[in-house]
Amino acid sequence: MSEVIIPKDELASFVGRLLESYEVFAPVARGGMYLFERISAADEADLSYKNTRLSPKGAFLPQSERMFEFTVAPGKEESGILKEAPKEFRERVLLGLRPCDAQAFKLVDVNFITKEYTDPWWARRREKAILVGLGCNEPRSTCFCTSTGGGPFSEKGLDVLLYDLGESFLARAVTEKGEQIVSFCSGKAPGESLKSKARELEAAARAKIRKSLPVDKLKEKDLLELFNGKFWEKIEFACINCGTCTFVCPTCWCFDIQDEVYKNDGDRLRNWDSCMFPIFTLHGSGHNPRAQKVQRVRQRFMHKLKYYVDKYGNGVACVGCGRCVVSCPVNIDIRRVMEVMTAEVCEREE
Amino acid sequence: MENPYLPSPVRIEEIITETTDGALKTFKLVFLKPEDEKRFRYLPGQFAEISVAGKGEVPIGIATSPTEEGFLKFTINKVGLVTTHLHNMHPGEIIGVRGPLGKSYPWDWFEGKNLVIIGGGFAFTTLRSSIVYVLHPDNRDRFGDLTVIYGARHPGLLLYKEELAAWEQRSDINMHITVDATDDPDWKYNVGFVPTITKEKAPSSENAYAIVCGPPIMIKFTLPILTELGFPPERVIMSLEMRMKCGIGMCGRCNIGTEYVCKDGPVFTLAQLNQMPNEY
Amino acid sequence: MKEYIPKIREIARKLLEEEKVDAVLGFRKGTIPMMNEPFMARSASDVDLLYWDSNCGINLANYLHKRKEKIAVVAKGCDTRNIVNHIVENQVKRDQLYIIGIPCRGMIDRRQILAMFEGREIEEVDEDAENVIIKGDGLSETIPRVEVLQENCSICIHHNPVIYDEMVDEPVEEPDHVDRYDDIKAIEEMDPEERYQYFRDIFSPCIRCYACRNSCPLCYCPTCFVDESRPQWVGKSIDITDVMTFHFLRAFHCAGRCTDCGSCERACPVGIPMRLLTKKLEKDIRELYGYEAGMSLDERPPLDTYRPDDPEFFIK
Repeated sequence: MSEVIIPKDELASFVGRLLESYEVFAPVARGGMYLFERISAADEADLSYKNTRLSPKGAFLPQSERMFEFTVAPGKEESGILKEAPKEFRERVLLGLRPCDAQAFKLVDVNFITKEYTDPWWARRREKAILVGLGCNEPRSTCFCTSTGGGPFSEKGLDVLLYDLGESFLARAVTEKGEQIVSFCSGKAPGESLKSKARELEAAARAKIRKSLPVDKLKEKDLLELFNGKFWEKIEFACINCGTCTFVCPTCWCFDIQDEVYKNDGDRLRNWDSCMFPIFTLHGSGHNPRAQKVQRVRQRFMHKLKYYVDKYGNGVACVGCGRCVVSCPVNIDIRRVMEVMTAEVCEREE
Repeated sequence: MENPYLPSPVRIEEIITETTDGALKTFKLVFLKPEDEKRFRYLPGQFAEISVAGKGEVPIGIATSPTEEGFLKFTINKVGLVTTHLHNMHPGEIIGVRGPLGKSYPWDWFEGKNLVIIGGGFAFTTLRSSIVYVLHPDNRDRFGDLTVIYGARHPGLLLYKEELAAWEQRSDINMHITVDATDDPDWKYNVGFVPTITKEKAPSSENAYAIVCGPPIMIKFTLPILTELGFPPERVIMSLEMRMKCGIGMCGRCNIGTEYVCKDGPVFTLAQLNQMPNEY
Repeated sequence: MKEYIPKIREIARKLLEEEKVDAVLGFRKGTIPMMNEPFMARSASDVDLLYWDSNCGINLANYLHKRKEKIAVVAKGCDTRNIVNHIVENQVKRDQLYIIGIPCRGMIDRRQILAMFEGREIEEVDEDAENVIIKGDGLSETIPRVEVLQENCSICIHHNPVIYDEMVDEPVEEPDHVDRYDDIKAIEEMDPEERYQYFRDIFSPCIRCYACRNSCPLCYCPTCFVDESRPQWVGKSIDITDVMTFHFLRAFHCAGRCTDCGSCERACPVGIPMRLLTKKLEKDIRELYGYEAGMSLDERPPLDTYRPDDPEFFIK
């Protein structure tokens, strides 16, 4: 696959050319943090970021999305009949996302694209998207992607991988779609010295990730034994049952469906939801299979680290981005939970 | 691309109040578009999302049998926002149906087997579907003996009373209707809890499958009796309820361990449930 | 404030060994800089995990309601005021608690420090009485702690516990003159449209994770109004009207009860300054009723009681 050099002073014109043909999503600095958002001007994209506070999943699964629209006007023939909310699905480029987040999309695909059903919105957006990743020269202290099947320069799920070489970016096409993007760069192919610099960056970044977690052990563990473990009570104590971990997470896909009506016009919406919230599983009868906080905390970790592993044989549903570690208000650290879950029984009793 | 979230519009043809407390009504629904009806191929045990524009959706077991053509029936308990609204609707109004969803009872396993159907309360809906399906002339020879034990708290809470009475008269089905208690002097059937009646009638486990649907307390006390009668957990079939939204295994709320009740269930064998976390 | 740790452990060990309490609620050292984890020590062997420094901003009163056991709680000034609230509102009984009082010198504003060094990895944050010391990859900075305190701490007038069974140290000096309402007065000066736009901008990043509500010791309703479905008071999308409805109503529910502990802002993953709402209400309550929340076990919150001479000009 081809490789080209994009000098940093030409980045804006490259992004400008992308904007002429695609919807472009990129990291933008907003209100003291970075978010992954759709940009309308080349200079909004800021590739000097470490990572975005929220994952880029909103590009495919917006926090709130109109699914259908309807009227409830009495006497109208179409009253009460749902119609698809009109949407445009243009080709889009996700520029400069981190490799862990690209890997996350692949993990989430198995939920939304199955042999029985396809989620039309996720699938269409995914199909139309070109993912241009930005390798991580400086992984954060909370990063652990190398434990979860990725790496700071992993190409998993990406169409193009960018190396930040200081003065320039090296762009490597990973897929045919990626070639399309690389062809937008007017730059020349990298010489051997830049290529070796890229390799050095990659090795140096890997070495910076100090945390190594034995997540492979999870598939060997007995599901019910983990489920019934005493350790959940210690893990859950501090949890305040907010939805922060689930909302910042790139692999949390759960959603709610809600109808909203204003006067006679209504929408059926889907909104991000969270297994941390008691009403997530509350039956109409009042019964709640996960009424207790400990059950909900267990659900989140078991889903990511055991149910997903067993159901799809696809590894853990965690890419080691560390967002939940950074954002949890009470410092519940999934790395610690992984250690406890993968430890031998006696240790797990703490 | 087919949109699995889009309900098919249906007209409410008829609303039947089933129980004396008025909490259960059966809705007879007719598809507005023939192609939607054609596409809606189902087997007893499956469910659908009933959609009311502006209120939302509820997952409800299909009470009709595929042998009954031209309409669908759903018996709906008045519980929450959507079902309360449905109870206030009238024939002629338009709602939506999305499905069929979930797995049916394992009808291929049942071929040539005796069936023991045990139900309690308003969970009888997909059991009605099953009984009608088995009794249909096209199907009756595919299955062995059919035994039904169905109970409610009192006679006024029994669903499908006319059909129950008709089944009582037939020779190709062993009906055991029961109520927890009644002061009706003309009550002709059993009095006693479902587990007690099950024990008393002692349907044979020989070459048989049991399907059990009902409130948790009924299930709790019926399962040991089925074990006593010799039903192995692989041949005890249950149907679970969960809060659901998407109904197609995507929204994430109805899982028990690795299994989504909406898509991998709602029908499970007791053997499967024994391997799953006790979280339902 | 790390110097309190030995004393906290000593008191906790004694209480647990003598079986005076079933558990000691405090913090243990976090896994990342500037974060500690609320922690319940249940036996003497847990005691050495108890920890204290200027990163204990989560209000531990939030972990007390509806508990049955006898608990010792490590509590700074604002925590004790929320414990008073809890007692007055019958969420916990005074005789269930053994309050280990912390004379508090204020909590470090983690977000501010992260923003100051955005792009550089902070690996360790240490502190002494005067300074905060930040270390990381090629990083070693000493900043006076007063410059990096949480905003609520920098205007705090009740550093010392208002109720306690035992103090870990001598009380700290409390400022006698602080204008707590600078920012609120500026907002009051805005015209309604400007003010509406101002709050719209403030709340637009909200992702409705409810970390603010769930970290708040006042928000103990069994079902919050946003979670009610019949009737459904508020929509669940991130439509700004619904988002603002949530924040405004929540603030009103806290009127006359909020101690400005700052847990909500500390917990917020997207940095929303929702204390602007609760502080405005705190100011109004102070002006209308001369009341400060959580200061006395003998007084109920003013919106919880009726007096014939209550001001009523604002009821229209």
